[in-house]
Amino acid sequence: MSAIVWEGVEVSYASGAYCAVRGLNLAVAPGEFLCVVGPTGCGKSTILNVAAGLLAPTAGIVRVQGAPLVGLNPHAGYLFQADVLFPWRTACDNVAAGLQFRGESRHSARATATQWLRRVGLHGAGDRYPHQLSGGMKKRVALAQVLALNPAMLLMDEPFSALDVQTRSLMETELLALWSAARKSVVFITHDLEEAIALGDRVVVLSAGPASHTIGDFLIDLPRPREVAEARLTPRFIEIQREIWSLLRAEVQKSQALLREQAG
Amino acid sequence: MKLGLARVGLLVVLLLAWQTLTASGLLSPFFFGRPLLVAQALIDWFASGVIFRHLGVTLLETLLAFVLGTVSGVAAGVSLALSPMVAALLDPYIKALNAMPRVVLAPIFATWFGLGIASKVALGITLVFFIVFFNVYQGVKDVNPLLLANARMLGASRHQLLRHVYWPAAMSWVFSSLHAAVGMAFVGAVVGEYLGSAQGVGYLILQAEGAFDINTVLAGMVVLTVCALVLDTLVTRVEHRLLKWRPSHTEVAAR
Repeated sequence: MSAIVWEGVEVSYASGAYCAVRGLNLAVAPGEFLCVVGPTGCGKSTILNVAAGLLAPTAGIVRVQGAPLVGLNPHAGYLFQADVLFPWRTACDNVAAGLQFRGESRHSARATATQWLRRVGLHGAGDRYPHQLSGGMKKRVALAQVLALNPAMLLMDEPFSALDVQTRSLMETELLALWSAARKSVVFITHDLEEAIALGDRVVVLSAGPASHTIGDFLIDLPRPREVAEARLTPRFIEIQREIWSLLRAEVQKSQALLREQAG
Repeated sequence: MKLGLARVGLLVVLLLAWQTLTASGLLSPFFFGRPLLVAQALIDWFASGVIFRHLGVTLLETLLAFVLGTVSGVAAGVSLALSPMVAALLDPYIKALNAMPRVVLAPIFATWFGLGIASKVALGITLVFFIVFFNVYQGVKDVNPLLLANARMLGASRHQLLRHVYWPAAMSWVFSSLHAAVGMAFVGAVVGEYLGSAQGVGYLILQAEGAFDINTVLAGMVVLTVCALVLDTLVTRVEHRLLKWRPSHTEVAAR
């Protein structure tokens, strides 16, 4: 049984005036790392919000572990693109937040949180407030915050896009290590094709918006475990990249043309 | 250290100039007072202990106006921010009330609540309430929607959102309006006293003014200024303790 299935999902904004996604059919297998790429503004975040239950589809349904999704998706952890840590909580209390919301005492939640901070390499930084952390450290806290709840699936919306190149490749490798330890289903949204290939078991390409839908589906047969920076240099990686890019390029050009049209 | 000395030096120079100008008759002592006589008035007040009762009354009024104004401002701000329908309905009335120079309410409060401390507290509340109310209202409305979405994905119920997201967000705005709120509570107390009362520092100033005793009026101003500075310092301390999760200005600048 698939972890998440989008069945004929359509999402319109502004009471039908703008259709972001139309006729989307996609499934994520249990334990699969699925990457979704597409040009800017193609509705990548929209399909993630639909799977999280933050946004109800205008048409079609989303199934989570076989059952149609109503309300928020309780099995999913969501890693946002923006910084969404509670600014008034320390790193440790941020990681503990979800556990507290689910009824754990502050003491036991903080004990679990401390372990998770260690696992994401932030041992000793638990007492710092978000404004005292670097961008990469904040992402680690956010990751620990989500993983501490042990969700069956992870929804990630360009989580590393704001990081510098070195930190980013480090975080990607660490994400893969954490993922291979627990094998959760992952939907990872990115506009960076290289990142998608380096991380995913499968890469799905979305068409340029409006009315975005899947136009390509590629299995990534690179061996695991992968070291992200090295995997990028292998001939097979470059081959896959060329193959997907030939499809993606046309969509990026369409999306650019559309943006220019709107600007002019 | 050098700066401190220079500051004290500046004060001494100004006081000396004032003393010389009024002693030589270039400035009329009747209108401008004389620093030594002001000091004498201050010493008399503190030596006889007269000032303590009046100062106590003024500070009590300030404290009550501050606490009651803040509590009602927070309550109104949070509830209106969370019920947009009611907020839309009340919007023009709130704007009108805020636009009104509320000091003109003092005579009404005097007739309603008499010349005791209640009328001063009422005036102070109306001044404090709006500062806190607008800050909290805006603060709760502007809570980052992604922060809310994240909290919901982490499993927060509506009650937990209120307690763990809206409330801390509102509080941070309350604390950032604390300086203005304390200042306004103080203004409410003194202005209320000045417009009609039987005790308080504002009353002392009013009395002295009636007797054309400019030195005592100035002494009252000195007492009020020192009090306001002390209150402001206390607020800064409290703020530092409670808002330690916020980046300080120097940290932001360093980035």
